[in-house]
Parts: sequence; structure tokens; C-alpha cells
Amino acid sequence: MKAFYAILKRELYVYFSSPIAYVVVTIFLLLSGWFFYSAFAYFSMISVQAMRMPGAGGINVTDMVLYPTFGNMSVIMLLMMPLLTMRLFAEEKKSGALELMLSYPVREAELLFGKFTACMVIFLIMIALSWLYPFLLWVYAKPDIGPVITGYLGLFLMGTAFIALGLMVSSVTESQIVAAAISFGAILMFWLIGWAEAFAGPSVGKVLSHISLLERFENFSKGVIDTRDIIYYVNFNILFLFMTMRSLESKRWRG
Amino acid sequence: MHYVKRLLYLCSKPMIEVDHLTKYFGPVPAVLDVSFRVEEGEIVGFLGPNGAGKTTTIRMLNGFFPPTSGSARIDGLDVFDRSLDIRKRLGYLPEHVPLYKEMRTEAYLGFVAEVKGVPARQRQSEVDRVIDQCGLQSVRKKFLGNLSKGFQQRVGIAQAILNDPDVLILDEPTIGLDPKQIIEIRELIKSFAGYKTVILSSHILPEVSMICQRVVIINEGRIVAEDTPERLTGKDKRKVALEVKGPEAEVLARLRTVPGVVAASAEARPTDHAGRYVVEMGQGEDVRDAIAQSIVAAGWSLLEIHTLRPSLEDVFIRLVTEEQGRE
Repeated sequence: MKAFYAILKRELYVYFSSPIAYVVVTIFLLLSGWFFYSAFAYFSMISVQAMRMPGAGGINVTDMVLYPTFGNMSVIMLLMMPLLTMRLFAEEKKSGALELMLSYPVREAELLFGKFTACMVIFLIMIALSWLYPFLLWVYAKPDIGPVITGYLGLFLMGTAFIALGLMVSSVTESQIVAAAISFGAILMFWLIGWAEAFAGPSVGKVLSHISLLERFENFSKGVIDTRDIIYYVNFNILFLFMTMRSLESKRWRG
Repeated sequence: MHYVKRLLYLCSKPMIEVDHLTKYFGPVPAVLDVSFRVEEGEIVGFLGPNGAGKTTTIRMLNGFFPPTSGSARIDGLDVFDRSLDIRKRLGYLPEHVPLYKEMRTEAYLGFVAEVKGVPARQRQSEVDRVIDQCGLQSVRKKFLGNLSKGFQQRVGIAQAILNDPDVLILDEPTIGLDPKQIIEIRELIKSFAGYKTVILSSHILPEVSMICQRVVIINEGRIVAEDTPERLTGKDKRKVALEVKGPEAEVLARLRTVPGVVAASAEARPTDHAGRYVVEMGQGEDVRDAIAQSIVAAGWSLLEIHTLRPSLEDVFIRLVTEEQGRE
């Protein structure tokens, strides 16, 4: 466990001693702030018009502001998370530091979870700093608190899935650019694979929509916690962390 | 007596035992049937041209990848089955020292100490110890990326000796250093003799003969020789260089008549009146006094006489060419 803490501390140090963490978190907050502002401004305009029109009901702040904001935040995450994960293994593979690291009495699992946890910390800081948007909303519009919590739960679970996938990709290449490109492409593919549901036939289509990251996230941003969605993300994490482990260990048995 | 020694050697438990180690990369053998032993406290040089299989052997020893066949044991433990236990007792310096550029020397060594499992209370004193031992006091607070090559190499050695490992594996420890730094690093490695088992790879022959008690010479993945530097060089024919003032043809003729001289040849003339000659002596014979007397008796002046020690370069070239001749 000592090695785990040491690696976690070092990875956090790298994130904060370089501009990576600051830039990624800032861009994320700027963009999500802009999306929140647009949704909120649009909502206030609509609601003023609705007041003048008797009989026009059915608009609420959860559907019109929270739901699109969480959706947009997940899209920004799709763009930003590969940038946080790309260097985790690729950089050390290229420099040879991974070889040296594995000559120390370190278990692969300690190395993997050290890096995973460090990236998680950055990610949590990133989404935690977006508290201001629901808080502002709560001050002026008093939305349901439930969908806010499920929305963040959804973002959290999806973020861990992105990190697990990004780690796996980073562990199989020496190039950070390649790692970023592949993890971005893979996440986008998992995201949109549900689109094929309409024309892939009933059985295959169901499978495709089941493995889609987007379909899973929709429920959370609507305020629904479905255990199937949670299990999906947990499985996604386990699968990719397991594959990363195998990729790290492979040098020991690959003749 | 020789057999008794041999028997004792076989019975003693070596620190490192490499047994018919073979590694193929695809169809190409990088290391072929390599066997050697290193006793506890011994410094052994691993010598060979670039691409001979030194790094491959070293990587198998520290468990980076497995051999295709054969085995390697450190202190009786297989380096693959007991990888974690082995790695606790092993210090490794890779060929290109991969340091984290964004970390400061002291923080980096503290990190390595923690990863290596040095208890929190002893960590600072352990880091201080290696900083002193490797002469890193002046760069304690500097970023590793800003250090000179010599200091980076020393930080590399410092991380290897953290947590006081029993076995040190150093891959080209003096590569890219200036002569003064090379001497410092050599002295540091020499100071480990007796209480650490060291394998040192190098393609620089004089370096190995200076530091190591024993040399394993490897070429094209195979061991071509294994002995002490003295005995390896002793196997070559001994030569004597002379500077004699006298007519060249006559001097040569006279030299060839001296009993024990196998061959004599003239080298370039440094001055108008004196010539340089190289005389090859028969195995185990010392004919220096006979040569000197013979020259003086002929009435010429002997300006200089000295034995030419065959360098490890000569030995190496001989061994490699012998090997090629056998195939």
C-alpha cells in the first residue's frame, strides 16, 4: 500500500506542477458555465413569454436548465477526459520510467490504482467546482434537489468509465497523441453506438443501446437511478481496469 | 588443489546464478545459452559490443521480461517465480536513466524510497545517505530536468542504491559522462566491493578491467570468455617495445637471434637516428635482459625498453575473431 500512496502523490504532483490540471479544469468550467448560462437565459426568456400567455404551462427548470446542462457537461467531459488520461502510462513507457518503476517492488495493481485514483481526484475537483451552477439555480428557481444529485452521480460514474478506458489505451501505446486519439474515438463510439438501435434489428439493437454510454447517462440526468445503469458503469470500469492490468502484466509472460 | 578449489566453487551458493538463459525476439536470438555465476560481494563486468545482448540479459535478471528458456536465480530464488521478493533486494540502473523531469532531486529520491518500501521514519535519513554517497548535496533542490548529464547519472545510481539492495545491476553506468565524472562514478562503484554484488555492463573495456574482479565477455548473444581481467590479458603473447639508436636492418637481425624471441618488427622512426621496434616473446618467457645485453654488446644505445600489456581491446578482438573462425 505504501507504493500506492507514493504513486498517487506523485501523479497528483505532476498534474498540479504542470499546466495540465489547471487548463483542463478551467476549460471545462468555462464551457459548462457558458452552456449553463445559455440554458438559464433561454429559460428565463421563455418563462417571461409564458407568463403573458395564459394556458401555456409545463415548463420547468429541471427539464429546461438542469437536463441540458448535465448533457452538455458530459459532452465536454468526453473531450477533456482523454487529455487527462493520455499521459498516465504512455509517457512513462516512452521515457523508460515504467521499466524502472517495475524494477521496484511494486505490484501492477498498486501502480494502476495509484494512477487511476490520481486521475479520479482531478476529475472530482473538476466536477465539484461546477457546484456553482446548480447552486445559483437553487437560489433563484428552487429546482428539485433530486435530479441534481442523480445528475452528479451520473457524471461521476461516467467519468470513472472514461478514466478506466483512457488508462487502458494509454497502457498499450508509447505515444500520448495516439492514446488521446484512440480514447476519444472509443468513448465517442461507445457514446453513439445506441444510434444503430433503429436499424440493427430488434435483438442486436437492444444490445447496442444497452452498451451505449449515452443511453445510460440519460436516466441519471432525468433524475432516475436505475441499478442497471450503475451496474453497467461498474462493469465498464472493471472490464477496462482488468484489461489495463493484463496489458501491464503482459510483458511478464509475453515471450 | 585445483580440483578442490573447483569443488568449493561449485558448492558455494552464488548470489546470482544464470543458467542456460536464452531469449528470442521472433526468430532472432538476442541471448543464446548464457550461463554464469556471481559470488556474493563480487563485482562482475558484463562486456560486449553494442547489441551483444547485455541489456537483454540484464532485463531478464530484473524480471522485466521472461527468458525463452533457461533460468536466472538471485540468492537461490527464481527471478520470475519470486519477482517481488527479488525486486526488494535489487537496485537497477537502466541504460538511459529515465528521470521525472518535473521533480526535484530530493523529492524524487523520497518518492523512490517510499515506493521501495522504506519505512516513513527512516526515509529522510536514507535519502540523505544516498545524497551524500553520490555527491548530490549541491543539486538537492534542483529540478531533475535541469541537471547536467553527470548529475542525472548520479541520481540514477542514487535511486538504485536506495533501501540498500544486496544486488546492483548497472547498465552502462558511465555512458555520456566526462572523464572526471567517470572517475567519480568508478570510485563509487568500486566502494561497493565486498558488501554488494554488482553486475556492470559496459562496452568500454578499460573501465571494466579497472572496476571489476571478473569479466564476462559476450558477443552476439553468447558468452565468449569469462575470467579475471589479468588472466584474460595474460593469455595473449607478451610484447616488448624498444627504442634503439642503430642501423635498422642490423638491429632487427640481431633481435631475431636472441633466444626466446618469436618475432621482431620495426615501427616508425621518431627521430633520425633512433628507431622503434616491437619484439614478440614466446609464451611465459621473459627475454628483456637478454635483449638489452645483446643490444648493448653490439655497441648501440638502448634508449627505452618497456613491456606492452595487451589491452582488453586486443583480447576482445582476439576472442571475437576466434569465435568467428570456429563457425
